[in-house]
Amino acid sequence: MTIAFKLNGEAVSLDVEPELPLLWAIRDELGLTGTKFGCGIGQCGACTVQLDGRPVRGCLTPISSAEGRAVRTIEGLDPNGRHALQRAWVELSVPQCGYCQSGQLMSAASLLGANPEPSDLDIDAAMSGNICRCGTYGRIRAAIHRAAEIVREEEGVS
Amino acid sequence: MSGLTRREFLGSSAAAAAAAAATSGGLLVGCTSAPAAESSVPGGAALGPWIQITPDGRVLVWADKVEMGQGTMTGYATLVGEELDLDPARIEMIHPGVDARFGFQNTGGSDSLASSWLPLRESAAKARARLEVAAANRLGVSRDELSVDDGRVVHAGSGRSLGFGELANEAAALAEPRDVVLKSPDQFRFIGRERPRVDAAPKVRGAAKYGLDVRVPGMRHAAIVRPPRRGDRVERFDAAAVLGMPGVTDVFEISSGVAIVATGTWQARRAAAALPITFARGEGPRPDSVEIRREQDRLLSEESGRAARDEGDVEDALASSEQRLDVRYFTPHQAHAAMEPLNCTIIPQSDRVDVHLGTQGPTAAQDIAAHILGRSREDVFVHTAFLGGGFGRRVFPDVVVECAEVVKHTNAPIQLVWSREDDTGHDFYRPATGHRFRAGLAADGAITAWDHTLVAPSLIPSMGEDIAGAFGPEWMRGFLNAAGGGLAKVLPRLVGPIMALEGASDQPYAAGSVRVASVLHDPGVRVGIWRSVGHSNNGFVVESFVDELAHAAGDDPLEFRRGRLSEHPRHLACLALVENKANWGAPAPGRHQGVAVYESFGTVVAHVAEVSVAGSRIRVERVTAAVDCGRAVNPDIVRAQIEGGTNFGLTAALKSAVTFRDGAVVESNFHDYAMLRMNEAPEIEVHIIESDAAPSGVGEPGTPGIAAAVANAVFAATGKRLRELPLRLDA
Repeated sequence: MTIAFKLNGEAVSLDVEPELPLLWAIRDELGLTGTKFGCGIGQCGACTVQLDGRPVRGCLTPISSAEGRAVRTIEGLDPNGRHALQRAWVELSVPQCGYCQSGQLMSAASLLGANPEPSDLDIDAAMSGNICRCGTYGRIRAAIHRAAEIVREEEGVS
Repeated sequence: MSGLTRREFLGSSAAAAAAAAATSGGLLVGCTSAPAAESSVPGGAALGPWIQITPDGRVLVWADKVEMGQGTMTGYATLVGEELDLDPARIEMIHPGVDARFGFQNTGGSDSLASSWLPLRESAAKARARLEVAAANRLGVSRDELSVDDGRVVHAGSGRSLGFGELANEAAALAEPRDVVLKSPDQFRFIGRERPRVDAAPKVRGAAKYGLDVRVPGMRHAAIVRPPRRGDRVERFDAAAVLGMPGVTDVFEISSGVAIVATGTWQARRAAAALPITFARGEGPRPDSVEIRREQDRLLSEESGRAARDEGDVEDALASSEQRLDVRYFTPHQAHAAMEPLNCTIIPQSDRVDVHLGTQGPTAAQDIAAHILGRSREDVFVHTAFLGGGFGRRVFPDVVVECAEVVKHTNAPIQLVWSREDDTGHDFYRPATGHRFRAGLAADGAITAWDHTLVAPSLIPSMGEDIAGAFGPEWMRGFLNAAGGGLAKVLPRLVGPIMALEGASDQPYAAGSVRVASVLHDPGVRVGIWRSVGHSNNGFVVESFVDELAHAAGDDPLEFRRGRLSEHPRHLACLALVENKANWGAPAPGRHQGVAVYESFGTVVAHVAEVSVAGSRIRVERVTAAVDCGRAVNPDIVRAQIEGGTNFGLTAALKSAVTFRDGAVVESNFHDYAMLRMNEAPEIEVHIIESDAAPSGVGEPGTPGIAAAVANAVFAATGKRLRELPLRLDA
């Protein structure tokens, strides 16, 4: 069956089985490998992407549910890789092995999109579905606060 | 032998194999044959083994110790950049292929920066000397009139300068100087400074390539269905039942199970789940965690073990002590649970084979792929991707064995990806261990006797598995594997579970008499090295038991330690720093503190954990750590590694355990093998001791002590001494 949706702003269509998980459609069919496979059961968040701006676990989301909607992956977070979160992540040297960070960033982007000044409790609520085995949680928390600050600074300037 | 490190063990295995070869008339082992071609860039001039400079001035450095998050690439770039006076951010870090110039390539033991601290700087300083001589020749000036600035050699007198790229070929043609003077610490511009990671940018754009991200035209995807119990065999499977499923192209048996090959990862995985298959019971043991624990308990009661340390007469000292303690501790099996499930991609061609994976041991990967595919090693090219976590798991090449077998059958480019369930159920687990401590205290609180007996398996059989042959030239492979296999059977009985003793036999506390002994017990679980190895268990048991002694002596736990560590100034300095920074003795209201101080891999870490307890729920609110790792090449990475190592240890302390039942692992995925999450991760503050000593590692030392610090804080909160991991109050 043909499924048409927007991927990082561009129209794509795939002729695949409707139950093919979004994660594997993105990785194996569309060749974008920034979105990672971690557990396959929605427990780790490595495959987090945005569907119409909301975070979803790509491993549990059938491609059919993307029909007519907008999918955003880490590659589409910012055309130049300069999203406030990405800058904050680099500034605070958040990544270690880095494997989970695409999913962390997509969860964080969804959080900031809905809540520009999240509290620590908001961060707990939005980010506890994303596992980081390297244990970078403290830096992720600090970088989300820092990204919020960057956005405020730049909005204040413009 | 108890002090043997992994690196020494690997080295000694090779040495033993070489010795065996020599006595049987073979040649000496010393070099692994491999082409250099894959570890060079076109047009790049090689200035020593690590550094290449291209005509357009790119400076490339080969990270022969792989980047798995621990910051090796940043550390390497910092050392090279320092001696070249070049911003480390401008250096391109690349994983090399298997290359004889790097010897047997393996990353582990927290030694990447420690072992390269001098050689890498010397190599960079020699490269700089040659660039300067080349510039002096070209400009017709004396070398001491030259300086180096931002990738150029500058003659200030005339205002002329030449870029590294313009000089690289001439520099490479010059003889390498025998001796160079390294920068003195007061000249350091980059070493010791807070600098960003060099690998952060690609990792936040989804652009960093892990093994899982390799994509080649025509590549197919494989999944393996394995017997859930190690040693069982495939009895019967119905390939036809899944061959009709969309995308499935091949179904066949390999040594570890049944391989399903399909056009996509998900299609292969779906067919694997649907495959009708039965397994036949093997001859081997069927480990069971309840039985293992019972047997460890029995052995601790009945065996005195082989002494690794025996000073004074423990029995006499115990008999005359004012107080005696006799307690037991237990730790469970643990899986590595790296976020990137194991995977390997192999591309066979008529004249070459390319192997892509994130691995801590590319030399072994090359050897295995060559052997299984019937190729010569020099035709097998290993491409090391970024590792999505290693923690010791990616030392073991089992995924290469499987992928090569699938490629042998299909003769097609194959990517094999393990599921999370495969990863949890077929690991090389951290061993479960049992410990009995007996100790005596004098009336003044002096430790009169310290007697620690532990029960553990040896790691040698699994570490030797499939790896020994890669230590020598290809023609000796069979012999070395046989010798390695033989040694792996004999050595454990000769030397006991040596890696289980690290941190136990060398516990630092002053005591009138000390005995540390081991009982070898192998319940049949495939075990391996897990971030900090033996230390990960001994940090918990030794530092918890010392806490028990402190309370028995009626002393403050930190003061008690201080009083018995007078010959360990680095421990004392870490304790003093953490005491101050954690506000020891004055926790926030409703919170309780526990301390631990522990040395591993040449680095000392003191932790203070501040916990709150509500009912049976233990919450770690805050952790303060002090670390002495010699000179901190990049203080921010030191802090990051201690933060991460602490959280890794907290998962084992609070969350997870692998349970065997009738030979199979009960846990399967993150719902039942739980990891620490954001809402449970404490605030962690790391403080670094200023030091002029050579750097020691930081990848592992953050892990061992934290479980004890938490358990000690739980005791402070509740009066309950938890002697088993994970820590549970409801028992």
